[in-house]
Amino acid sequence: MGERFVTRGFVGRREPGAGAGGSADERRRRTPPGQYLTDDFPVLSAGPTPRTPLDRWSLTIEGLVSEPVTWSWAEFLALPARDWVVDISCVTKWTHLDMRWRGVGVDTLLESIDLDPKAAFAIAYCDGGYTTNLPLADVLNNQAFVAYEYDGKPLAPEHGGPARLVVPARYFWKSAKWIRGIRIQDRDEPGFWESLGYNNRGDQWLEERYSGD
Amino acid sequence: MPIDWQLATVTAVRDETPEVRSFTLGLPAWATHRPGQHVDLRLTAKDGYSVERSYSIASEPERVGEIDITVERIEGGEVSPFLHEVVVPGDRLEVRGPIGGYFVWEADLGGPLLLVAGGSGVVPLMAMVRHRARAGTGVAARLLLSSRGPDEIIYADELERLAGANDGFDVVHALTRRQPPGWTGYARRIDEQMLAEVLQPLGAGTRAYACGPTALVETVANGLVRLGLPPDRIRTERFGPTGT
Amino acid sequence: MEERMALMRDDPAVDLTVDGNAIGGLLAAVFGADVTSSHGQCASCHTVSIVGTMRAYTRGPGIILRCPACAEVVLRIVETPGGTLVDLRGAAYLRLPGPVAPIGG
Repeated sequence: MGERFVTRGFVGRREPGAGAGGSADERRRRTPPGQYLTDDFPVLSAGPTPRTPLDRWSLTIEGLVSEPVTWSWAEFLALPARDWVVDISCVTKWTHLDMRWRGVGVDTLLESIDLDPKAAFAIAYCDGGYTTNLPLADVLNNQAFVAYEYDGKPLAPEHGGPARLVVPARYFWKSAKWIRGIRIQDRDEPGFWESLGYNNRGDQWLEERYSGD
Repeated sequence: MPIDWQLATVTAVRDETPEVRSFTLGLPAWATHRPGQHVDLRLTAKDGYSVERSYSIASEPERVGEIDITVERIEGGEVSPFLHEVVVPGDRLEVRGPIGGYFVWEADLGGPLLLVAGGSGVVPLMAMVRHRARAGTGVAARLLLSSRGPDEIIYADELERLAGANDGFDVVHALTRRQPPGWTGYARRIDEQMLAEVLQPLGAGTRAYACGPTALVETVANGLVRLGLPPDRIRTERFGPTGT
Repeated sequence: MEERMALMRDDPAVDLTVDGNAIGGLLAAVFGADVTSSHGQCASCHTVSIVGTMRAYTRGPGIILRCPACAEVVLRIVETPGGTLVDLRGAAYLRLPGPVAPIGG
């Protein structure tokens, strides 16, 4: 790329977020490589915000399962849910510590079905056409949940409401907004960003941003 | 080439309103721009972190070798506070452009011309207004400018002077929040009724350009279509998150 | 289609979008020319639109340009350290400004 001209006096807005995360040392420790801390919750989007009315919303688990299962909004809310306080990192370089969500663990969702022995991948699909892919191993054992509340309030549409997937150990593009279902497959299927230059796995601690990282 | 970055030098800085400042940039690889076009600015920190923003060119192409950009200071923004608080004449900034073939007007396109702007949306339209004056064309042109109050009208004095030249150009102000004592002009946001009144003397052959916040631009575009303007005579530019 | 247009208009995040015109510099770097007044045909609804009027979503891992008529994705651009990826499957065609040099010429 060559020598880049440096603009006199420009530093950009990248100061560590105040408050969340404890001491400065602890905040640094919890910040993945290449990230900066923020207290904001930036709205990032690839398209218009879907607005599915709750009486038409459903969540489905299908694919290599004994029998597909679908929950209506009321049925989904009746599932055992819990609070999750997690650190979130976006590939656009912001990290927000101690984000407070409420939602249903993917483990809980999968309790309703039997997984085929060949099941290896979870493909999340969403209103608006977005998809993302994860190895099944990355969404089991308390590693992923479907959130319907953020910071004590119903999840806003521009942040993925009524419900979004959250996978804290991966870059936030894997936390699919407006999720409507998870398809269990034996083969992987790169999703919306994974199919155009982004890393298939997206582990922020290994800085797996782009394919080839 | 509009693709390449060049190093511009800030030669002058001028406050238009308390929150809006214009910068004159001397361009080593200046090329005639078309009124309505914009440039991209790139700022890079020592560690390589960089941001880019687009700014409409405020000046007319008849001014050779340099351009003006006009920047509104957005509270909490990453770039506009830097431009307002740090940049001084003598500083150099990376610039790319001019860019844009859609939202442009040149005198030989003719008129009548209706220019509608909200706040800093007036910037690209000002390039058109300034070009029109320099080109000496008598094309009928009207600027409908929505501002929050009299102190927030960008280019207020220059617009008054140009309108006073009596060459077929005039300005209609809408002051949405604060009005001076005795104000008899529009004191509300732009709506279809206002557009109808403003458009009426210009007639059916009018070309319209609208620029500003999304909501305003959509109101204007939809309103003008309902008033009978053919859609292909309406050009819009929405200020999304630019200028922050 | 009406519903999707209404969706784009009433979107709480609509102020985060810009026109193809606003990202004209990036598009010029990708295509080697100013394409803001170029025509592109949507592969979904076949509407031909001017690139400068397409709705651009720029705040995210990549740039998405959507058809102003049907809101489907026309163009995706991702800049990575290893190069820029362009997905044009959403466009039946993009007419770049001519002329193009003849083969062998």
